[in-house]
Amino acid sequence: MDLTFPLLSALIFFPLTGALLLMLLPRRNALLIKVSALLLTLAEFALSLPLFFQFNEKTAAMQFVEQREWYPEWGISYLLGIDGISMLLVMLTTFITVLCILCSWESIKDKIKEYYVSFLLLETAMIGALCALDLVLFYIFWELMLIPMYLLIGVWGGPNRIYAAVKFFLFTMVGSVLMLVAIMALYFHYGGETGLYTFNVFDLYKANLPVVKQYWLFAAFALSFAIKVPMFPFHTWLPDAHTEAPTAGSVILAAVLLKMGVYGFLRFAMPLFPAALVAATPLISWLAIIGIIYGAVMCIMQTDLKRLIAYSSVSHLGYVMLGIFALNMQGFQGGIYQMLNHGISTGGLFLIVGMIYERRHTRMIADFGGLSKVMPRLAVFFMIITLSSIALPGTNGFVGEFLILLGAFRSNMLYGVLAATGVILGAVYMLWMFQRVMFGKITREENTRLPDLSKREAAILGAVVLFVFLMGLYPGAFLRKMDASAADYLNYIQAKTAAYTAVEQVPIRQAKAE
Amino acid sequence: MVVKIPELAFGFIIPEIIITVSAFITLLLAAFGRRESIGAMAGAVALTGAGLAMIFTFASWDTDTSIFNSLYTIDNFGTFFKGLALIVAMLVTLLSLSYVEREAIVKGEYYSLLLFGVLGMMIMVSSNHFITIFIGLEVMSIAVYVLCGLLSGNSRSAEASLKYFLLGAFTTAFLLYGMAMIYATTGNLDIRAIANHVVAGDFVLTPMFMIGIALLVVGFGFKTASVPFHMWTPDVYQGAPTSITAYMATGIKAAAFGAFLRVFYTAFMPLLAHWSGMIWLIAVATMTLGNITALVQDDVKRMLAYSSIAHAGYILIPFVIGDQVSSASILFYLLVYTFMNIGAFTIVILLGRKGAENSGIESYAGLAGRHPLIALSMSIFLLSLAGIPPLAGFMGKFYVLSAAVKAQYYWLAVIGVLNSVVAVYYYLRVIMAMYFKDSTGEFRRTDFSPAYSVVIIISLWALFHMGVFPRDFLLIAQKSVGIFM
Repeated sequence: MDLTFPLLSALIFFPLTGALLLMLLPRRNALLIKVSALLLTLAEFALSLPLFFQFNEKTAAMQFVEQREWYPEWGISYLLGIDGISMLLVMLTTFITVLCILCSWESIKDKIKEYYVSFLLLETAMIGALCALDLVLFYIFWELMLIPMYLLIGVWGGPNRIYAAVKFFLFTMVGSVLMLVAIMALYFHYGGETGLYTFNVFDLYKANLPVVKQYWLFAAFALSFAIKVPMFPFHTWLPDAHTEAPTAGSVILAAVLLKMGVYGFLRFAMPLFPAALVAATPLISWLAIIGIIYGAVMCIMQTDLKRLIAYSSVSHLGYVMLGIFALNMQGFQGGIYQMLNHGISTGGLFLIVGMIYERRHTRMIADFGGLSKVMPRLAVFFMIITLSSIALPGTNGFVGEFLILLGAFRSNMLYGVLAATGVILGAVYMLWMFQRVMFGKITREENTRLPDLSKREAAILGAVVLFVFLMGLYPGAFLRKMDASAADYLNYIQAKTAAYTAVEQVPIRQAKAE
Repeated sequence: MVVKIPELAFGFIIPEIIITVSAFITLLLAAFGRRESIGAMAGAVALTGAGLAMIFTFASWDTDTSIFNSLYTIDNFGTFFKGLALIVAMLVTLLSLSYVEREAIVKGEYYSLLLFGVLGMMIMVSSNHFITIFIGLEVMSIAVYVLCGLLSGNSRSAEASLKYFLLGAFTTAFLLYGMAMIYATTGNLDIRAIANHVVAGDFVLTPMFMIGIALLVVGFGFKTASVPFHMWTPDVYQGAPTSITAYMATGIKAAAFGAFLRVFYTAFMPLLAHWSGMIWLIAVATMTLGNITALVQDDVKRMLAYSSIAHAGYILIPFVIGDQVSSASILFYLLVYTFMNIGAFTIVILLGRKGAENSGIESYAGLAGRHPLIALSMSIFLLSLAGIPPLAGFMGKFYVLSAAVKAQYYWLAVIGVLNSVVAVYYYLRVIMAMYFKDSTGEFRRTDFSPAYSVVIIISLWALFHMGVFPRDFLLIAQKSVGIFM
């Protein structure tokens, strides 16, 4: 492929164009709409494949870079690029979106056109946010993600959907508007310091912010991203949003949208404010550990399958954050790997719950039992994905969690020990849930006649399981892609933080002397 | 004593003349035209007049001159606001075409008053002198007092008219009194002369001068619907014909802000430190009160009234700062605000019927199912009002906030953005009703006419264009504020 082909722009705007085309299709022809949506997302996935295969893993520099002037007087540019970290997340996004379209095939019967249009818009926003390297551009895509997701929850969600949708919107919005103020403060500080007014994030990395200002700005960025991740104690919107969203909404929320928070931390909040990063690392690590254990304990008590998986997300994202804030190679790579795993496994679990729900119209664990007898094929897939979620060796989850724990032990023994208890709790709640739903006697009359997986459903879960093993058995294929980026990133962070701690010692002592 | 007779520079006020002539023609049409065609004819005259005036207004871009003994000035700042007033005139005329038929409003007088109101706005924003500002303000206000009460047989409309008139007359007195006090201390009514007086070495800031400034704030605060001078807004906006509500919320507000800016950024600029605290308080109170009260409104028209109060608060954020960036951001915001508000009010009109406005939020339930395009347009207008990218409302808010952050008014910016989160809630309520709820009432046909769709399409285009490619518009705004400093 020609290198000058604007691949990232194509990836961002192809779903948008698709959404506009979809709007023109006749409303009555539901099949045409569904097939077009599927073809569009498949084409998008195919279009994203060159990112993976043509990616140069030797360099940490941004690749597939596109830069155009957008508003030069203000230093706002249309700047796109990906490194080993965002590339994998973009791949995850395009892959999961296809599954989302497929799993909505039967379950969405109302306002079909609007549904698929929302999904395509969401895809545009997600990929845009992952590729944007200009803070204004990033912010625009970041906010743009809210609306389609809000509609997905609010229009096609469960009985309590309006409450969940509004809660989702307001929580995320509070964080992001404060980030907007912080972005501007950073912009004017850097401009005032160097005379170069720009929102280009790589220029802004060079800013020399006073430490106190860093704390404030980091706090604003971190709040926005921590709500999205979501980290304890900002997670309360998540169980509601997950429970009420339609299946595909839960899948995309868990698989990609939550990752945006982590991605925001590592692309923006951490490198921009190194001194604040040093100061905040213990706090964030502790919040992550609390999230791991709290999420796991909450899981044990849940009676609703979707709510259980939602809380397991809180726990899993706690691992991701812990790994990344360990700030060493193992933890960092483990964190990123775990993001992908969580996308695959938790996405898979939501898919399965959705399939069960379509048959029984309930998600209460107590309503099930012995399903493995009537749905043996589902049982196999469910088992594999459950095991991957509790990180059995051989599955993808193991690689991520192992690396994170390794990194956590290296940075602080106590963190490692505490986080490891989460692994045990994870096995407890997942296996117990699995046992109550799938094994034992069939207690309900309705459960005896449930049809097993259709071909479409088997294909969806087959794709998920394929990646469970692929990523579990050949982690190198994915990890090597981000080696250079991760190493460079950590070197950069360490150099920056070291510089700050060195500088910081002097004035503090002086201040004390005075 | 030699009285200098001012040279009659009529060439510079062709737009104003065109509007005046059109206003008279529509009035004559009402008297002599054939009854059934008055509406269309008067509307056409108003549209043509505003269009022609727009062309001549654009033609005077980049002229900078004072005429009529420097009572009146032609500069980019005035041209910008005149253009804005004419845009409002054209859009409101378009959306009135079938609205006045539906509501059986007296047509000739309606368009005539509409144009006189625009004339007042144009005079107000081009005035360099307290007296001409006052004349412009009165020409505009008196026309609107009448327009508010034009829904015959509707007691709310009559109430709106009377309320607006009484309170308006009262605050005009404040404004005049303020001007008088400034005159008493400086001996000048010319705002540039006042500025010169203020910077002169022997100037002493007397309490009387400060009271004069405060009274001017009251006067302009009333017209811009800022807290605590906003009390009239909800009732008047709700009672007035909806097209006039759109007109007031955009045109009057913009013109009042134009004059407000010109007076304060020219005459009182050197005293910025003395009055910016006052504006700070008003800004915070306006956006907070407007947003919080809007939260509990169950009527969309009334909710939009409170939202327009809140937006006045956002516009006052950069007003506090007093530099060129901040004034440019005010202009840009007003431009954006005009389109999103007129768009939203057009939808409100669309859903009403003769005698029944159906502006309660329950009338919007299930709209997405019945009229997907109308619901989509309304959502875009509301999301733009909420400041969600990539719509123009976001860019407006972005510039306003960046002006505040640049001047290191961090708290003001933070209060502003938190307010915009509160605002999201009530805008979303309407979207929720349209998309998430099922229709309750019977299926209603909307009275759809092509003119409405023209207004909606123009507004949508403007919101997307200014949201994604704001550059040209902001450059225009920046050029327009060249007169300050």
